[in-house]
Amino acid sequence: MGSRHAVSATVNGVERTATVPARTSLLDCLRQEWGLTGCHAGCEHGACGACTVLLDGRPVRTCLMLAAQADGARITTIEGLASGETLHPVQQGFWECHGLQCGFCTPGMVLTASHLLEETRDPSETEIREALAGNLCMCTGYENIVRAVRRAAEIARAR
Amino acid sequence: MKPVDFDYVAPQTLGEAVGLLAGGGDDARALAGGQSLVPLLNLRLVRPRLVVDLNRVAGLDGIREDGAGLTLGAMTRQADAERSTLVRTRAPLLAEALALVGHLAIRFRGTIGGTVAHADPVAEVPAAALALDATLDVTGPRGRRTIAIDDFLRGPLMTDLAPGELLTAVRLPPWSPAWGWAFVEFARRHGDFALAGVAVVLAVVDGRIAEPTRIVVIGDAARCRRARAAERRLVGERPEPKTFAAAAAVADEGLDPPGDIHGSAAYRAHLVRTLTGRALEIAATRGARG
Repeated sequence: MGSRHAVSATVNGVERTATVPARTSLLDCLRQEWGLTGCHAGCEHGACGACTVLLDGRPVRTCLMLAAQADGARITTIEGLASGETLHPVQQGFWECHGLQCGFCTPGMVLTASHLLEETRDPSETEIREALAGNLCMCTGYENIVRAVRRAAEIARAR
Repeated sequence: MKPVDFDYVAPQTLGEAVGLLAGGGDDARALAGGQSLVPLLNLRLVRPRLVVDLNRVAGLDGIREDGAGLTLGAMTRQADAERSTLVRTRAPLLAEALALVGHLAIRFRGTIGGTVAHADPVAEVPAAALALDATLDVTGPRGRRTIAIDDFLRGPLMTDLAPGELLTAVRLPPWSPAWGWAFVEFARRHGDFALAGVAVVLAVVDGRIAEPTRIVVIGDAARCRRARAAERRLVGERPEPKTFAAAAAVADEGLDPPGDIHGSAAYRAHLVRTLTGRALEIAATRGARG
């Protein structure tokens, strides 16, 4: 049996703790210890982006972090993106532009796009496609996702 | 897709980290950004008994410049290096290479030292560092040493690091704004591992290609390499299309590319030649028009 570790992180503004084996990924800790099943296990080797959350404000692959490494971190998952009843501009954009079908890639897409819009207020289509290149979607063919992010940028600028 | 059980420790000093790794020997692995190691753990391709997390060790990150050039601490995140004004002005080739490493989320965790110490044969950062004539700082149980990157990279996922040793910094010699540069690669999808790539530094003095002019190719099964035959066709010649074509034609000399489902050995060699030509053309548009 390997070592076990206490992990304490601020997740969506709430302090969460867990004690997990060393080999538990941050992905599995979020999903299984803390019930935040919005981040998804797609490939578990960093290629698909379905497991993406914001860690200390930056998109990261939770399948490639050990939970123990997240001790002391500030994490935003998809569950924490809206402000009460008000959708985040990216969520609003995805709704208006039908930017999802099955929804599996969506949390990772939305969080990655939210970070893009924090850094670039009016991203071009090329910039959007570049930023989302690490988030794979099997359903949509990406067209509506790109539209959704352009619409989200409009919404964000208007707010 | 879950790792085999292991023990995990997160030391706060370099000395502790070295001691833990030396004590663990072949059963211990250092964890830097995790973007290469954790996939190997998840796929059970490596099964260490001890993982030593370097992320809490103070003093291993940071980018600084002095008279000897640019120093990047090994734990510098790739995204921070990519966005650093110092790197963009003093090592533009490295900044261009970094933009091609995986995706931004990978680069927010992946480190400069980690990717060099991992020594994937098709990794971008080692190739750019080789083209920039980097030297590496290493610390281990027997103390500190420096080593040229060309001597450090020994083969696929193999380096000169002895058990317990850690790469602590990458040092780049001073850059001249008169030099041209280019980093180009080809992958089947954006962010995939490259099938082939080329890093070029091009110096032109009095209308002739001069030292330091280096071509590093990615495409060999073992590691990135200087394309010496191609370099010899450049130095002393005019920086013009027929010179670049002559160099590109021999860019794959001495290369041993693999063949796999992504491409045959011949295809990779073809890519190396084509990308070398492109990289030289791009490099010639940058730096001083000498």
